[in-house]
Amino acid sequence: MNRKLAMIPVLALLVAGSATAQTVIEAERIYTMAGDPIQDGVIVLEDGRIAEVGPADQVGIPEEADTYQAEVATPGLIDARTSVGLAGMYNVEHDRDELDTTDPIQASLRALDAYNAREGLVKWLRDLGVTTVHTGPAPGALVSGQSLIARTTGDTVDQAHIKDPHGVIFSLGPGVSQHFESPGTRPKGAEMLRQALSDAQAHAENRGDGGRVDLGQEVLADVVEGKTPAIFHANTAVDIMTALRLGEEFGLDLVLAGAADAHKLIDEIAEADVPVLLHPTMIRPAGETANAAFDTAMKLEEAGIPFAITGGYEGYVPRARVVLFEAGVAAANGLGREAALASVTREPARILGLDDRLGSIESGKEANLVLYTGDPFEYVTQVCEVFIEGRLVSEDCQ
Amino acid sequence: MRRLILMASTALVAACSVQAEEPVAFTGAEIHPVAGDPIEEGVLLLDGDTITEVGAVNEVRVPEDAEVIDVSGKVIIPGLVDTHSHIADVAGGDGADALHPGTRALDAIDVRSDSARRAWAGGITTANVMPGSGHLMSGQTAYVKLRPDARVIDDWLFCDNPTEDVCGGMKMANGTNPIRDSQPFPGTRAKAAEQVRSLFAEAEAYREQREGDDPPSRDLAKEALLQVLDGERTVHHHTHRHDDILTVLRLADEFGYEPVLHHVSEAWKVPEEIAEAGVAASIIMIDTPGGKLEAVNLLWDNAPALEEAGVDTAFHTDDLVTDSRVFLRSAGLGVRAGMSEAGALEALTLAGARMMGLEDRVGSLEPGKDADFVVLDGPPLAAYTRVLETWVEGEQVFDRDDPEQREWATGGTSVFGPGTGAHGHGEQQ
Repeated sequence: MNRKLAMIPVLALLVAGSATAQTVIEAERIYTMAGDPIQDGVIVLEDGRIAEVGPADQVGIPEEADTYQAEVATPGLIDARTSVGLAGMYNVEHDRDELDTTDPIQASLRALDAYNAREGLVKWLRDLGVTTVHTGPAPGALVSGQSLIARTTGDTVDQAHIKDPHGVIFSLGPGVSQHFESPGTRPKGAEMLRQALSDAQAHAENRGDGGRVDLGQEVLADVVEGKTPAIFHANTAVDIMTALRLGEEFGLDLVLAGAADAHKLIDEIAEADVPVLLHPTMIRPAGETANAAFDTAMKLEEAGIPFAITGGYEGYVPRARVVLFEAGVAAANGLGREAALASVTREPARILGLDDRLGSIESGKEANLVLYTGDPFEYVTQVCEVFIEGRLVSEDCQ
Repeated sequence: MRRLILMASTALVAACSVQAEEPVAFTGAEIHPVAGDPIEEGVLLLDGDTITEVGAVNEVRVPEDAEVIDVSGKVIIPGLVDTHSHIADVAGGDGADALHPGTRALDAIDVRSDSARRAWAGGITTANVMPGSGHLMSGQTAYVKLRPDARVIDDWLFCDNPTEDVCGGMKMANGTNPIRDSQPFPGTRAKAAEQVRSLFAEAEAYREQREGDDPPSRDLAKEALLQVLDGERTVHHHTHRHDDILTVLRLADEFGYEPVLHHVSEAWKVPEEIAEAGVAASIIMIDTPGGKLEAVNLLWDNAPALEEAGVDTAFHTDDLVTDSRVFLRSAGLGVRAGMSEAGALEALTLAGARMMGLEDRVGSLEPGKDADFVVLDGPPLAAYTRVLETWVEGEQVFDRDDPEQREWATGGTSVFGPGTGAHGHGEQQ
């Protein structure tokens, strides 16, 4: 046992050392998420990118390469809304950095300043195929701060960093009132947000006038100018409609998050042309998410509404949900295997504006790949190798 | 309202069809009896609320007057047994004490709660409904059969007389959940163990007094503790860390009762010790470890580690920590980690029945047992498999083809009602 453990770092070093060499993956089935799955396929990795992908008899296989074999390969999974890295595994004061409750509106807080790249849950997600996370403050304040897009490797936030800020996290509903004396009601929360966004509009017009820099106003000014996405957590139908209303009033680049009641408002969401970062499929059907349904993803898919199935935020157990499992339950509840895979690969890449780099297995894209022992969503299938930008970052099957 | 009346009358019709004397044969399905090997193409024969025969189609003689239901291409497994659930608004003791041996879950359980829908949709037919883990001893649990159309708690219980009989186990907990800032709650693990030891010692003294010349007045709490010490009432013990697990074993050994370990997050560290003690383990499968300090080492490896050590192992939902509707997933994750498929299926059914002393009635498909079973559209542990029907004592309690009941499986507007999901733990697992 000890010997085995002692060998792992040595192997990791070797792998890291050979990162520039070519890697070849042979898989019985490759879900490229760009066209039909490829049977008996080969993926060639070079310099951290995908050099070539196709059927084995059509791809030139380099002679000297590290070769991996798998039943199934998919793009690296993307969790398009989580608080991992901020909301720690131990869930004690020491590692609970997901929500500051000293003020209900704090756009100036950055996930960047709280993200712990070595957090155990980041590794846990990585080992289960999650290669990219859009993470940030939890819902629970009207404005809880700015989000971060990160790769699930790296010892520091700088090494993990892909994009910051990506968006600003907003929340509507009674969950906010649990943390603050005011807003104590939905209308009060909406009023406070409208005033803040209105102030931000004024600030945007007068930027660069000198004087004291208000960090929060700067951030919200980018939001009202449509430069930074406004990610609105809204679960009940009432709160979803408020989000759509505010989005229209202030011309926001609006993204809905959570959206447990989305199945009641399919037409309205489609009409507003807003993407949805859908709650984890297995979220508890209680409180604001009492109406959450396993087949909401299917309904969004049928309506052509862009969506991603996310890990969401959990204050308790499981502290970070695994999108592989959440998408699997949606797959079995009408969404189907390939649409479910898309909801945690290609679709989140599009919603996050990273589809030129991530989300599918295509020549030129970053070599983020997951190898499985079978159908990715089967409970008994194991995730074995995980590659991020061509580097093998996990090889313990689980 | 009209719809409700209609539903009630349909239920009556269904009930009547069972009352009719004719036997019912489910034919053609792949049957996993759990007691015995899977049957590729089998017959499940019922007479009223009881299984009369299980076997291959060419072996079982279907009576001429039997109603035959063709379930070819489908899969039948026993009704699932959930050894640890918090459905139906269950509650136990209050903040007045850390130990409440006289408090009964059955006085809180609402049999009309919408949360039962989750259990039915997940194929669960028997459950140990327990109060939470915020106390060293939060009260007596209730073993329930999730019969349809229940009006009062008596309709769900296994026991005949809730006033006289032992109708469940005893919920205990150690580790951090019952530790609080002030008395009467313990402030440390050592104090927690001391309080439990004192209580059982008092119960033993009470027994001696009761048998003496000057018997004390009846003490309901002590009577319940004596049922524990006499092996009539099983202790269901919430425990996470490996040292807490060993404390459970130590106290049980000292006072001579048989506990069932629950959650057992760090079981993988001490499987041999658990096996040596001959104690059963009911484990939970969580998608990620952590969420609280005690559970950071909660690994799926518990399932194969306990199986390999020879420990009788069951899964539980801890609903709503995990959702009753996806209980089959727990066994799938167990197999993913290395448990055998047969062991995993037994851990959803017969093993749990044994932990509640109900193995003569539920947990497997055998002649003479209750006609509790689940019809699936695929292999039991496959992710794409759905529960099509759930049957309790010969009555259908869930039918995925019924649009309204289908929503019990998928969720949707007001399916689980407002306020469902009250976990009954305080805010603790």
